[in-house]
Amino acid sequence: MTPRELAVGQRFETVVVADLKRTQIVQYAGASGDYNPLHTDEIYATKMAGYPSVFAHGMLTMGLTGQAVTGLVGAENLLRFGVRFTAQVWPGDTLTVRCSVVHVGARDAEFSVSTVNAEGTEVMAGYAHARLVT
Amino acid sequence: MAARRFPVEAGHVLAFTRALGAADAGLPVAGDVAPPTFAIAGAQFDPDYPLRPRPGVPWHGSGGDAGLVTEGAGGLHAEQHFVYHRPVGVGDVLTGASRPGREWEKQGRSGRLRFREQITEFRDEADELVVTARSVSVQREAW
Repeated sequence: MTPRELAVGQRFETVVVADLKRTQIVQYAGASGDYNPLHTDEIYATKMAGYPSVFAHGMLTMGLTGQAVTGLVGAENLLRFGVRFTAQVWPGDTLTVRCSVVHVGARDAEFSVSTVNAEGTEVMAGYAHARLVT
Repeated sequence: MAARRFPVEAGHVLAFTRALGAADAGLPVAGDVAPPTFAIAGAQFDPDYPLRPRPGVPWHGSGGDAGLVTEGAGGLHAEQHFVYHRPVGVGDVLTGASRPGREWEKQGRSGRLRFREQITEFRDEADELVVTARSVSVQREAW
């Protein structure tokens, strides 16, 4: 992506998961090594921890969001990526990532990143800073 | 996280990328850039990582019963930040070393919230910094 292709205020929207399955959460647990039973063990999550069901790792949401960000800027160009987790992500959720251009420099760009569920609730908010190809 | 040797392996990057729902592009090759959150999977190479069942260590998830609620199990993940000094690629061999960062408290609706920061530096074999990760966890304190 080059500076000419970007303008402040431009928005990009990507659906990164539709109807999140428990199996994908398990897949993420296995790949990341985070086996916290809150994410993969329905009996533990509901009976012991008092949640309505298991819920996704924050890092699964950030990872899914990262796919949308690198799809835009290229994984090799990312300089900074940071987020706050603002609501839980449950099985069945559909997540949409909204990236907005907040700054375009001669060689880099900054984006605000927001991931929302199907109800429009923001589950994650953050930023990405990437190098641009000149 | 304390990973003395975190090899960025093709099969691991493939499994991680699949878990993120990416279209299967086959086994990555040396130099292919890993997803931007991949450094977190260095947990696989931390011998004492507490969120993985280990032989001889009680596990709090369900089995014959519904499990155990552990005190102070690290809290929930509130924030995560990465600074990329260069991209992480297949074939890199990293180390990961964590240190505590800032701590602060906030009054929440249902009690006092305690935030703790942890900073992890991932370095390559030349001891050059590759990724700096900063995570913030939050725990609700009893009144």
